[in-house]
Amino acid sequence: MTDEPLKTTPLNAAHRAAGARMVGFGGYDMPVQYEGVLAEHRWTREHAGLFDVSHMGQCKITGEDAVAQFERFVPGDYAILKAGKQKYSLLLNAEGGIMDDLMAGKPDHDGLYVVVNAGNKDADFAFLKANLQGDATLTVLDDRSLIAIQGPEAAEVMAAHEPVMAEFGFMDCARLMLFGVDCFVSRSGYTGEDGYEISVPNADAERIWNALLQDARVKPIGLGARDSLRLEAGLPLHGHDIDATTSPVEGALTFALSKSRKERADFNGAARILKELSDGPSRVRIGLSVKEGAPAREGAEIADMDGAVIGNVTSGGPSPTLGRNIAMGYVPPAFAELGTDLKVIVRGKPAAAEVVAMPFVAQRYYRKPKAV
Amino acid sequence: MHFTKDHEWVRLDGDVATVGISKHAADALGDVVFVETPEAGKVVSKGDGFAVVESVKAASDVYAPVSGEVIEGNAALASAPETVNADPEGEGWFAKIRVSDASTEGLMDRAAYDAFLATL
Repeated sequence: MTDEPLKTTPLNAAHRAAGARMVGFGGYDMPVQYEGVLAEHRWTREHAGLFDVSHMGQCKITGEDAVAQFERFVPGDYAILKAGKQKYSLLLNAEGGIMDDLMAGKPDHDGLYVVVNAGNKDADFAFLKANLQGDATLTVLDDRSLIAIQGPEAAEVMAAHEPVMAEFGFMDCARLMLFGVDCFVSRSGYTGEDGYEISVPNADAERIWNALLQDARVKPIGLGARDSLRLEAGLPLHGHDIDATTSPVEGALTFALSKSRKERADFNGAARILKELSDGPSRVRIGLSVKEGAPAREGAEIADMDGAVIGNVTSGGPSPTLGRNIAMGYVPPAFAELGTDLKVIVRGKPAAAEVVAMPFVAQRYYRKPKAV
Repeated sequence: MHFTKDHEWVRLDGDVATVGISKHAADALGDVVFVETPEAGKVVSKGDGFAVVESVKAASDVYAPVSGEVIEGNAALASAPETVNADPEGEGWFAKIRVSDASTEGLMDRAAYDAFLATL
């Protein structure tokens, strides 16, 4: 990291006024916790947590060629994605490595709205600007903040402000007037809970943040709990659980590979990815239940029962919901079967671990009842 | 009670030092979820990492504020690590160490430690 001063989001003063402990993350001065990571984690699982994720990168890609050009670098089928829908995808390099993971959708009838990770956004936007051809044009939306509300009470809270929000299903998105201003909104998130991400004009961010916090069901949640929540939900964190060397197959993200795109094999890195799909990858991301001892964190070695090191933990820690330690990491596929007994080595001490399914904690996304 | 700049505390009773981490350190760590205390018989030198305390987010070394031989680690913290937050300078002690030199030289008393915290 450089010594450049940290950037701030439009909600920085609100975080400080609320007594948040601030840390540098992705180049931004961000709240890591308000009252405490465990309390915030549990509040989000039981009520509604409010997250400032304005450090993330937002952009529009517009023009007649927007979708076709974007698809060159992602393995999802955005051509057939309906208006009002969004889809998780991966920005791939020529070797099939994951440069970033992202959400891209069609909230309006004007190309794609894309959200990328804070730490990668400058590189992502530079890469796309340099590589998008034809009339595809990328516009960075740095005049916008991003607020997430997550938890089982998030939908009721939002409906109290804007009844239209209740009509959204998981992964629906739209551009509409909320709180009197032009917003992009989606029913999605990074906690495994039901909830929304709302892109608002910077000038209105603090007003909307404070309006949502007026509801007794809502508390502000820092990045500490955001990390433990996403870990329980089995969601990878780019730069830790996936990076430019890992493929979607290795990263256990093959759901992001659309059938039509695999058939056409017309995206960056398709050769490697299709080969891994047919022959198997050399390593794969797994979930681990750590059965004893200390939390196994990023960098801890994973060993087989004979003590041979076979991989590494990429993130891990206590699961407040489960009351035990969980981790994700990479091992060769021969060790990836559910129920496989392994060891994690923390400060030189091997501890028993078992390969378990992810998510560790069941996701509770809102699926709309099917129309009759 | 005396303190180090790394936020450990020491309470000397004859040649036995009870050691732990300060309230300031416990508050800064946040929710403590795991503590690894040393076993009896371990010989530690002042400044050595002799215990580990883990919050939800990270693991931190705890440095020995004195030199000597560990006579007891606080086994109760294994099942109740939250004691470190609840009572860091009492029930949340980490270890008892038989010191080789029962002096508090180089350590801060409470007033000096408070003054030190004010500079942080």
